[in-house]
Amino acid sequence: MLRIVMNALRTGVVTTRYPAEPSVPPVRFRGAPVLRPGSHLPPTAVCPAGALSERFDAGGRHVALDLARCVFCGRCAEDPWAGAITMGKDFELAARCRADMRIEVVAEDTAFVRAGPPRDPEAEAARASAEIHRVLGRSLHLRHLDAGSCNACDWELSALLNPVYDVRRLGIDFVASPRHADGVVVTGPVTRNLETAVRRTVEAVPDPRVVIAVGACAASGGIFGEGYASAGGVDRVLPVDVYIPGCPPRPEAIIFGILVAVGRLSARRPPRS
Amino acid sequence: MADTALVDALQVGAVGSVIAEAGPRPKDLTVRLGRASDLPAVVAVLIGQFSMALATVVATDETATPDGDLKVRYIFEPIAPGAPDQFVTLLVSVDPARPEVPSLTTSLPAANWHEREMQDLFGIVPVGHPDPRTLVLHDGWPRGIFPLRKAFDGARRVPVEPAEEFPHMVAEGEGVFEIPVGPIHAGIIEPGHFRFTSVGETVLHLDARLFYTHRGLEKRMEGLSPLDAFYVAERICGVCSVAHGLGYCEALEQIAGVDAPQRARLIRSIALELERLYNHVGDVGNVCAGAAFHYGTATGLRLKERLQQMNERIAGNRFLRGLVIPGGANLDLSDDLLSDLAATLRDTLSGLDDLMGRIEANPSVVDRLDDTGLLQHQAAIDLAVAGVAARASGVDRDARRDHPHGAFRDSRPPELHVVTATEGDAMARVTVRAEEVRESIRLVGELVRRLEPGPLRGAIGEPVPGGRIGISAIESPRGEAVHWLRTDAGGRVERYHLRSPSYHNWPAVALAAETAIVPDFPLVNKSFELCYSCTDR
Repeated sequence: MLRIVMNALRTGVVTTRYPAEPSVPPVRFRGAPVLRPGSHLPPTAVCPAGALSERFDAGGRHVALDLARCVFCGRCAEDPWAGAITMGKDFELAARCRADMRIEVVAEDTAFVRAGPPRDPEAEAARASAEIHRVLGRSLHLRHLDAGSCNACDWELSALLNPVYDVRRLGIDFVASPRHADGVVVTGPVTRNLETAVRRTVEAVPDPRVVIAVGACAASGGIFGEGYASAGGVDRVLPVDVYIPGCPPRPEAIIFGILVAVGRLSARRPPRS
Repeated sequence: MADTALVDALQVGAVGSVIAEAGPRPKDLTVRLGRASDLPAVVAVLIGQFSMALATVVATDETATPDGDLKVRYIFEPIAPGAPDQFVTLLVSVDPARPEVPSLTTSLPAANWHEREMQDLFGIVPVGHPDPRTLVLHDGWPRGIFPLRKAFDGARRVPVEPAEEFPHMVAEGEGVFEIPVGPIHAGIIEPGHFRFTSVGETVLHLDARLFYTHRGLEKRMEGLSPLDAFYVAERICGVCSVAHGLGYCEALEQIAGVDAPQRARLIRSIALELERLYNHVGDVGNVCAGAAFHYGTATGLRLKERLQQMNERIAGNRFLRGLVIPGGANLDLSDDLLSDLAATLRDTLSGLDDLMGRIEANPSVVDRLDDTGLLQHQAAIDLAVAGVAARASGVDRDARRDHPHGAFRDSRPPELHVVTATEGDAMARVTVRAEEVRESIRLVGELVRRLEPGPLRGAIGEPVPGGRIGISAIESPRGEAVHWLRTDAGGRVERYHLRSPSYHNWPAVALAAETAIVPDFPLVNKSFELCYSCTDR
């Protein structure tokens, strides 16, 4: 027992200061791809997850990237397209609306087009940190729901409870029963074999509730897409409040997304009849 | 030549024709059986006389080819100590008008799920199977639709039909209770349904129903360029990303006739060990959670987190995705990263030594683990159990040695000490795991010392050669995973099949649980630490 206490003291505090202080990902980290307008952007087929799409109009070739679908493999940023797309460091990508996750640029031209309402990650982060202050002292209890994930997102959710991320310090916890939860975090594309269980679990959470789709599969079907065994994303089955891109999102990205969702809790639509 | 003796022995057991040829790899053997009814006799020879175990079963739909049939390949591997790296494929042709094969399950228990899977996905009926319930396709899937047949459009959403309750296999009698658990569990874990029947705390029977995370990934990969399909293979399972990515790559590289350069092979093996390390270290911590030893849980989680942060520095992804790539390695290991890695592994080793010391000095933890969840040696062999679970029951199998991959394919492969134990209980699985952590750390040191400057990637040109088969076996953190890949005439993926170690190990969990009490099930389950997603695909 004494040795356990001594070891604990020697280990000291390992907990991160995020989100009070920013988290700087390592040099090789692959965050949101940055598309350079006017450059020779790759053919859309280069993306194995189908996150790139294109359309043509008078302005030229428009290439759009769907962050919800992106698996952050970095293939579109490899030679010979390295100049046109680079893998950025931004990982705080959670959004409340699917359209917010579309980035569109015009190839071989300098025009820059945004699809959907403009995204402002800084303002979103500021809003989120204001929310932390507002909700500290209150707590957000979440139920995890694996809807057919590869287990990577699940492990990152477990990591939120480890001594390094320890999200309980932010008033966030994971509970065993949906009846005790304020919302669910869903991982995976919703498989056919889990669709009923997913619906029933979410219905068991008292209204108002938040539904957070964690990772590319939950947000859009990801690389697995839609097929005989997969619905292709949580919003095909249930309304989603916050989408957290990533394959998987790193733990700080999930914390960011949950805090975005917290703001949503007060602004949510009235309970369904 | 041993192969001649083998073919002769098979011919003795068969009534119909037995035609042998080399393949898929030059050292492998493919044996075409003229009559599917010869299967049980031939398999008995392979298992009995030649000490082979079932590696995987692959069904294919070749109705659109000149053969116009369905085919089933039963792939075996020798398991005697010192056996060569070889796969023996028994190939039978199945008439699509009467798709039946004799079931092998009664004499070869490892075939159980394989046969039920091909019945669900291909409509090939294993005649005489003792438990022909559906496996992969759950309630409400219409009868007569087989999604892995080529005529089925994989993007099609099939309506859910009204269904009766799934017939769980349960024990009955006075005072017998049924305890349903899952598919949605109370913790942050993958989905599966466990139906216990118990008397008091004693488990009489456990019927595990999995495949809730079946995403149809094998079908998803069909028709893709093999280079695109790699990104799907790498994502079949999060915590086996390196192992499955590498297994797919090695199968593809055989087809393409490309060898990964030596530096890339070393980096691949280092990545494989790093994957084993963060898994094993976390697993030792998780077992502590099952025994309510929270200091151990927190320590395991902290050590695992440190390793995953190291992964992110090396690969840009905490699960090492993006490091292995068809043809070689996508990222190099700089000197800075290597010294960072050495320091991380030193701390991991001392942290693990301390953790194991605390576990072994804590009688209340040891008492929970000792004699809990017994897996007998013979059961491990009969079910073709893989990895830590097999080695803790005295089965000396490790694909790094038995089917060399990565740096083990060098002419002068690194030394590997395969850790085994004989007790077969939860404690043995924990101690084998801990010993493998130490061995992995030593191995990474040896692999790093062998690194010499050189190219990272051999080019795989498209189209990839058509109509070829690649097969590989990788020692993932959970044991041997077998990958089987075939390209179509145009060089696209015609069929890919993954047999993960968990696929063979899940039935062993059910067996081991029957030696335990209900409250110990989480402990038994965690000591096996299996994946759902790479079982279900």
